[in-house]
Formats: sequence, structure tokens, C-alpha cells
Amino acid sequence: MTEQTLFFIFAILAGGGAIGVVILQDIVRMAFSLIISLGSTAGLFFLLGADFVAATQLLVYVGGTLVLLIFGVMLTASGPFRRIKMSTGETLLGAAVGLLFFSVIAFTVIGVNWQAVPSHREVATTPSDQSGNTSRAIGMRLIGIPADTEIGLHKDSGSPTGYLLPFEIVSVHLLVVLVGAAYLARAKRHESRDAAEGDA
Amino acid sequence: MIPTLADTATTIQSTLEGWKLSEGWAMFLAAVIHVTLVAGFFGLPAGIFIWAERKVSGRIQDRLGPTRVGGKFGWLQAIADGGKLIQKEDLVPADADGPLFRVAPYVVVVSSLAALMFLPFSDGWIAVSLDIGLYLMLAVMSLEVIGVILAGYASGSKWALFGGMREAAQMVSYEIPMSICVVIPIITAGSLNLNEIGAMQSGWAGNWILFNDPFTFITFFIYFVCATASCKRAPFDLAEAESELVAGFLTEYSGFRWSFFFLAEYASMFAVCGIAVLLFLGGWHTGIPFLDGLLDGPRYASDSFVYSWLTNLLGFTVFFSKASLLVCVQIWIRWTLPRLRIDQVMMTCLKYLVPISCVLFLGAVIWPLALSFTGHTTWGSPTGNRAAPTMRLESRGASPPSTSTLPLRQRPLAASDSNEEAGR
Repeated sequence: MTEQTLFFIFAILAGGGAIGVVILQDIVRMAFSLIISLGSTAGLFFLLGADFVAATQLLVYVGGTLVLLIFGVMLTASGPFRRIKMSTGETLLGAAVGLLFFSVIAFTVIGVNWQAVPSHREVATTPSDQSGNTSRAIGMRLIGIPADTEIGLHKDSGSPTGYLLPFEIVSVHLLVVLVGAAYLARAKRHESRDAAEGDA
Repeated sequence: MIPTLADTATTIQSTLEGWKLSEGWAMFLAAVIHVTLVAGFFGLPAGIFIWAERKVSGRIQDRLGPTRVGGKFGWLQAIADGGKLIQKEDLVPADADGPLFRVAPYVVVVSSLAALMFLPFSDGWIAVSLDIGLYLMLAVMSLEVIGVILAGYASGSKWALFGGMREAAQMVSYEIPMSICVVIPIITAGSLNLNEIGAMQSGWAGNWILFNDPFTFITFFIYFVCATASCKRAPFDLAEAESELVAGFLTEYSGFRWSFFFLAEYASMFAVCGIAVLLFLGGWHTGIPFLDGLLDGPRYASDSFVYSWLTNLLGFTVFFSKASLLVCVQIWIRWTLPRLRIDQVMMTCLKYLVPISCVLFLGAVIWPLALSFTGHTTWGSPTGNRAAPTMRLESRGASPPSTSTLPLRQRPLAASDSNEEAGR
């Protein structure tokens, strides 16, 4: 009962925030309603007992929106509180795409027999998993040990090496992208300075 | 039979459920109690530290500081400040973006209040005990900057916008060395659970993670610098910078909304210092085993709830004293050092603190490996008595302190049931 109430509060906030992003015209208000939407999604993750995912959602997505906000303001706004206006054609097109996507998701959600799906509490094998302490299980999975080894379930599940190596490869790729971006941004500045010195 | 507090109840919620309340009501009331307690811890340090800040700054500047309100030392100055601020008019400038301007202080307050939910004030005195408590706490505290930037943007003033943008640049860069510095004691302790990290630093002060190896020792100071910067305290108070930007992002605020920013600042000062105490300075342990045993005495003297509560209160006193000491150091630094320029702030972080913390991280990882080569496996091994808290709980016949939001049906009842049977 309590969980359902909380679920409805977070679900309404998440959905309302998402609608706000579309409807509002001021870029900072849009960013703020995106923060509300993403934050409520973190709340939904908490309700599902996925505390690590929820915390990561807060840190990465909500914090990331902040950077988006700053760059949005810096790169788009020529004056204070500038509004973004769309033409009718764009609105219609966007609405059509949105409705199509919504109908795909709604169709999928309705198609699932939710009574047959076990809740996260039934899936969880240890008391600490049930209360939402998932970080240990995630860490074990990362190094290739299934969380439920002790009780002999899912003997062959999980990759033998764990997810650590793929995770590291992705991290290094991201780092390369970051270094590359920083290099490109710097190189331009050097050129312009050289040009300025050349002129002088 | 109504179970007493000491029997099986490990959380406030399960106690309330023992009193024939339905699960939903028990959860709601437990949430209210937790929030009230945490809000108390949110207001109390702020009140004390505002007075301390005025007193310390007065002494540093060869003044007396507050002397009138509440007797000779001006004890009640914080309350007088609060009363003054409530009476002021709640202004919203004509150029401001009204809704965002009004909501910004709440974002700041809520995030710094929520951070205190994951901070253990004493062994098991924690509103929400999670394995990822520290990670979540840092995640929530990083949301504070959103409120500051919203305030800076929504004020419709150039001073405020400058302040907000400086704060954004500062936060985005200082989060990196701070996170790396927080990871180092986690590696040493092998846990993300703040309560567990605090509990394993029992015994002599040598067991504190601060003294575990040279890298953790240096890490503490780097962390403290980053924490000071993350609280926007001088010499890193670029967002406010009253001599350049009038009052930075606070320029257009007045009355209680203004004071919300300050309450949040002092609460997050307390929070980051609390993290420092738990991660490096032994948490609620005094560092002297004899004294700890004495403070721990009431818990062993009787199974009663009151005694274990008394022990926790003593632990809280130790924890609060240590954290307050660190806050006083922050105040001392604020009134001693001049403000850095924004380029100096960024240079300090990106050119010095990030590389230093990376080297410390590497060193802290290699240290145990290097030690195992020299044969000193025990010397510098992490810290204190890991088994102590669980053993203590088993002797009371209760399950470990778990999340308060855990419904009754999931409480691990097996342990207490078997104990009762053995007793019969």
C-alpha cells in the first residue's frame, strides 16, 4: 500500500517532468523539469530495490543534466530567459513520433502477464538483497561470481570472466574520446594564437 | 504480548508494528520520526556553527564577536539571526524567473538534509543504512550545486549569474579529486557501508584509517581541501565572493530563503566533516581502547534499550566533537586565508589536486601488495576489529541494524526465535 502510494507519486513526477521538458519553452525550466523527471526515476529504482542503479542515476544523469543546463545556457541564450518557439509543423511531427513510440511501449506493457512476473523480493535470495543492498551482488557479478552461488541456483549463468573486462574496455574508450575532445578543443586555440602572433 | 524495545525491534518501524499498528502507518510514522531526527541534526549544527563562526572570526580579527544575546558569550546569536531573517520581506525581483527563484533554496536544503540520512552518528544510529551509503551520500550532496546554479540563473542579475557559473565550474572539477580521495579509504576498509567503516576503526588511534599508510594520511588533507571547496567555503567561496560580486548567487535573495542557503551550507560542512571523521578519524571511537570500553560499558551492563541508547549517545558525543573540530578548522581557514582567483581555483584542482589524488590512489592500491612482499602482512593491515559489531548484536539476540524501511515480514526473525527457544 505504502509502496503503491510512493510509486504513484514518483511515477506522476517522472511523467509530469517529462511532459514539462516538452511543453515548457524556457531552457532552464526545461532542464529543471528534466531533473525532476530523472530524480523521480531514481526514486522508482529505489522502490524496486535497486539502490546502486538509483544512486548512479542521481550521480550520472541528474548531475549530467546540470552540465547540459550550463552548456544549454552558455551556447543558446543570447539574452536572459530566452524562449524556444517551434513551428506548428514541428509540433505535429514531434507529437506523431511521440505517440507512435508511446503506443509501442504501451502495447508491450499491456502484453505482459504481470501476475506471473515475480517481484524483486521473490527473486532476491538473501535478506540484504531483499532490502535493496545490491552493490555486493553487482560487484561479485563484475568479477564473474554469480550472487547466488551458495545455494546452487543458476550454476551456468554469468560469463566465466565476469563483466569487468568489457566494463574496463568501455571505460578506456570513453577516456580516449574525452582526451580526443580535449585535444581538439586545445588545438584550435593554439592555431588561433599562432595566427595572432603571425599577424603581429 | 507487546515486545519491548530491546526484544526483537531493530528499527523504529518494527517497534511501531509491535504496537499493533498496520504496516503502512508504522512505515509512515517511522519515516516521520527519522526525518524529524535528521532535521534536528540539520538545524543543531547550523545553530552551533553560526555562533562559532561569529565568535572565531571575531577573535581572529581582534574583536569580541557577539556578546549580548543570551548572556556573556552571545550563545543565542543564531536564534536571534533566525528571528531577524524570518521577519524580512520575501522579495522576488521583477526580472527574476519567479518559480525557479523560489524553488532554488529548497533544492539546496533538501539535498544537504537528505545527505545526513546516510551518515551514521553513532554505531547503528543511521536513518537509512545501505551498503552504498557513502556513494549515495556523495551523489545526493552533488545535487546541491543544482540549486545554486538555478538561484544564480533565475535571479535575473549578472552578479548572481557570475556566481552560479563559477560555482558550476568549481563543482564539476572539484568532484573528481574528492571522489578519488573518498575511494582510497574505501579500498583500505573494503566496504562502502559507512557504519561498517566506522565500526572497524576501533582500538588504538593507530587503527584509524588515517594512520593506515602514508597514502591515506596525505589523502585526508587532500580530501579536506576538496571538501572545503565543495562547501563553497573561503578560500574557495568564488560563488559568493562578496568583495567582487556583491553576494554572488545570493545577491537577490532575502529573508528566509537566504537563510536556507546558509543552513544548507553549515549542514553540508558538518556532513563532509562527518564523512572525514568516519573515513579517516575513527568515527565514534575515541582512539583509546580503555576509554572506548568505558563508553561501551552501558551496552554490556544490561540488555535494556536504555543502556544501549546511552552507549550510542556517548558515541554520538565523540563523533560530534570530532566533526565539530574539523568544522572549526574550516572556519579558521576561512578567516585566515584570502580568496583565490577563479583561474587559481581551477589550477589548484586540475593541475595539482587531481594528479596528487591519482598518485595517492595508485599508492594506496600498491601498498598492501608491496607490504606482502616485505613479509609484514599484519603491519598496516586494515584497521581494528571487524567482527565486533555483529558479535555484540548476536549477544543481544537481535539481527543487525538494517534499513528502517524494511517491512516486518522480511525481518530476519530466525536468529531471535532460536535464541528464545534456547532460553526456554
